[in-house]
Amino acid sequence: MRPLEPVQPGVRAGLGFSFFVLFVLAWAAITLGGFVPKTFLADPITMVESGWTLLSRMGFAHDIGMTVWRVVGGFVIAAAIALPLGVAMGAYKPIEAFFEPFVSFARYLPASAFIPLLILWAGIGEAQKLSVIFIGSFFQLVLMIAVTVGNTRRDLVEAAYTLGSSDRTLIRRVLIPAAAPEIAEILRTVLGWAWTYVIVAELIGASSGIGHMITDSQALLATDQIIFGIIVIGLIGLVSDFAFKWLNRRLFPWAQLAR
Amino acid sequence: MPNILSIRGVSRRFVSAHGDTLALQATDLELAENDFLTILGPSGCGKSTLLRIVAGLDRQTSGEVLLDGKRIAGPGADRGMVFQSYTLFPWLNVLDNVCFGLRERGLPQAERLEIARDFIAKVGLSGFEHHYPKQLSGGMQQRTALARALANRPRILLMDEPFGALDHQTRELMQELLLSIWEAERKTVLFVTHDIDEAVFMGSRVVVMSARPGHIKFECQVLLPHPRHYSVKTTPAFAALKAQLTEQVREEVRAAQAALAEAA
Repeated sequence: MRPLEPVQPGVRAGLGFSFFVLFVLAWAAITLGGFVPKTFLADPITMVESGWTLLSRMGFAHDIGMTVWRVVGGFVIAAAIALPLGVAMGAYKPIEAFFEPFVSFARYLPASAFIPLLILWAGIGEAQKLSVIFIGSFFQLVLMIAVTVGNTRRDLVEAAYTLGSSDRTLIRRVLIPAAAPEIAEILRTVLGWAWTYVIVAELIGASSGIGHMITDSQALLATDQIIFGIIVIGLIGLVSDFAFKWLNRRLFPWAQLAR
Repeated sequence: MPNILSIRGVSRRFVSAHGDTLALQATDLELAENDFLTILGPSGCGKSTLLRIVAGLDRQTSGEVLLDGKRIAGPGADRGMVFQSYTLFPWLNVLDNVCFGLRERGLPQAERLEIARDFIAKVGLSGFEHHYPKQLSGGMQQRTALARALANRPRILLMDEPFGALDHQTRELMQELLLSIWEAERKTVLFVTHDIDEAVFMGSRVVVMSARPGHIKFECQVLLPHPRHYSVKTTPAFAALKAQLTEQVREEVRAAQAALAEAA
């Protein structure tokens, strides 16, 4: 082992997987070995069993579906508005000067603290859940997209002008494609954050969703179910992250070359 | 024959918090059709500034630039430019990079592809149409940039130390390539460099700019015959011209260093 020396892909995957195994083994050892009481922390076997019960008999699949739907819905709405606004702010400095101070302020407003207000405004239905995701991701997206577009290499912009680009075609043919891979990375990152907001939104005033199941289980001291819920969230996050990475590699092969 | 390009009393002053800097004194320069004018000078003498003003990427503080008698107000496709840095669009392959300007002009696709393939062949990159810039060497990237600028059929080609980042051998090959294209296409070229060999080998005229604040202090014709072969670099005529220009440039490099020492 030497500093900064890369590892073989196979070894890399093996090392990554072995920590998962080690983690579960440690968990099994302290729970099955009787070092912690069952009500405090369930063991892995009980967790898998009650997870199966949740899925097969208690309609947990529906909860998972609801949660995924809320994250995707809120995130898509946020992205659909944040993309054009972020690009406009990155491209035109007066627009940036107009919105940037407010957006910078708004992105520090904790989305979860809005939940009581949102329940007052939007009730406890889907609109409230989507609003939490929206508030949590919109301002971050706008700001990061604006910075990325604003950082477009100036020499590429100048080259485009000498090739006959107008201000309008410059945005469409240089600023957006140049920023696209980084914008895709931003979307991937912020989607990960959106996952934490949805669970918080579901912990309060929800009748379905993974977060709702976790609150219900808390009342029953069912730590096995809580842990299963958390692991499901982690797995879905992992899958969506991989899907995004795969898609980015497919969409922007030029950005991956020689990296 | 009227001149293609007239630079009249163009100066550039940079204003900053630390005070004003005069980068370029009022400069006059005329370029005729088919001229290959190389501008030599020490770093920071304002030669790139002058080129950028002609390109419309920078604004002069005074004076005017006329292209075919019309005043230049901003960048445009009539002045093609090749930069020192690699400015191919990384998300486009070689073919689409060369097509970029043609698409801006709204040419139909079939015509775009035909013109682009023609120029890609001229710079010797046939077979690399579908490579992305990152897959190309520096020399190949600059050849693509040259094809991209030429495909637009600009009135004048502006080159800002285009081979400056390349290794010596590649640079010499690029010089020959550009010269052969210039000989075949009869383009008008304004070429900025700090390499004296390059200036003499490529140019039909060489101007030397002084240290900051830049102005044109010396100008000469290069009467070496065309087509020029690289072996011309070993002839006495070439050596004599190079010696003369070296003296001129050295003086300015000294002046620039003295000015730096004084400022420090």
